Amino acid sequence: MEKIPILKMGQFLLVTIQVDLYDRLALNLESDLVQMVSTTEARGVLIDISAVSIVDSFMGRIIGNIASMSKIMDAVTVVVGMQPAVAITLIELGLPLSGVHTALNVEKGMELLKNKILVNGEVPDYDDDEQYDDLDSTQ
Amino acid sequence: MEKSRITTTTNSMTILTVLNRDNFKIEREQDVVPFRNRVKEHAVKIGMGLVNQTKLITAASELVRNMLRYANGGEILIEVVSKIRENGIRLTFTDKGPGIENVETAMKDGFSTGKSLGLGLPGAKRLSSEFTINSVVGKGTVVTIIKWKNG
Ligand SMILES: Nc1ncnc2c1ncn2[C@@H]1O[C@H](COP(=O)(O)OP(=O)(O)O)[C@@H](O)[C@H]1O
Ligand SMILES: [Mg+2]
Repeated sequence: MEKIPILKMGQFLLVTIQVDLYDRLALNLESDLVQMVSTTEARGVLIDISAVSIVDSFMGRIIGNIASMSKIMDAVTVVVGMQPAVAITLIELGLPLSGVHTALNVEKGMELLKNKILVNGEVPDYDDDEQYDDLDSTQ
Repeated sequence: MEKSRITTTTNSMTILTVLNRDNFKIEREQDVVPFRNRVKEHAVKIGMGLVNQTKLITAASELVRNMLRYANGGEILIEVVSKIRENGIRLTFTDKGPGIENVETAMKDGFSTGKSLGLGLPGAKRLSSEFTINSVVGKGTVVTIIKWKNG
C-alpha cells in the first residue's frame, strides 16, 4: 500500500506531501506521525505541503490533529510552504488552523523549530516572532 | 415530504447559457481526487485564475465528501456556463441519500451530525459565487454552485 514517508532528522520528523492525498492516506499519515513522535521522542514535526493544491476541512482537520497530538507529546508542529491560494481559501472556508505554526519553506521552518526547541530547551508558547508567517496573524 | 424543502440563493440567477456538459459519478473515496482534477481541467480551460480555481475545487471537495459520507455517493454535473460578460463553472451535486432535516441548521458553521468540523456547507457557500441547496427528507439532496471566472 502507498505510504507517505516520514524522515527522521535529529530531533525532528520531516514529512513531504507530494500529492493531493486520498483520505485513507491522510489518516494513515496522521496515525503514523503520532506514533513516530512517541517512539522517537521527536521534539518537532515539519510538514511540507508546498505540493498540495487543495486543503479542505478534512485535510485541515488532520493537520490540526497532528499538531495538537504532537503538542501533548511535547513536540512542535510547523507546516511549511502552504501555497498562497490555499491559505486564502482556508480562511474563507472558516478553518483558522490555530495552534499550527507556519513558515515559508523547509529552511525557515527548521529555523523556527530550532528557535522554539533547542534554544529554550522546552516547548514555548505560541508568541511568535514576526519574521515567521503564522496563519493566525493573517486573519 | 415537501416540508423541509428550502432553497437558498446568494445572488439572483441571471439567464445562463450552457457551453459544455460533463457528468461524473462518485461511488468511492478514491473518486474524489480524479473528480477534483476534472473540475480543475474545466476551470483551467476557461482561464480561471489560481485563487478562484482553488476556491472552486475546495468547495467541490467539501460537497463531494458530503455526498459520499451522508448519501453513499451520487452524481455531479460539471458545466461551463456563460452569462452576459462572464464564463464560469457550475457544479450540480445530486444524491439520493436521506436528505437534510433542517437545511438552515446544516448551513451553520460548526453544525455536524458526522462529528466533523461542520464547515463543508457554509464554507462551500462562502467559497462560491452562487450557492443553492435543495433537500427533501427521504429523497435526497441537490446542491448547485457556480464560480465565475473572475467572481
Ligand atoms: N448530501 C447530504 N445528505 C445528507 N445530509 C447532509 C448532506 N450534506 C450535508 N449533510 C448534513 O449537513 C451537516 C453539515 O454538513 P457540513 O457543513 O459539510 O459539515 P460536516 O460534513 O463536517 O458535518 C452534516 O453533518 C449532515 O448532517
Ligand atoms: Mg462536510
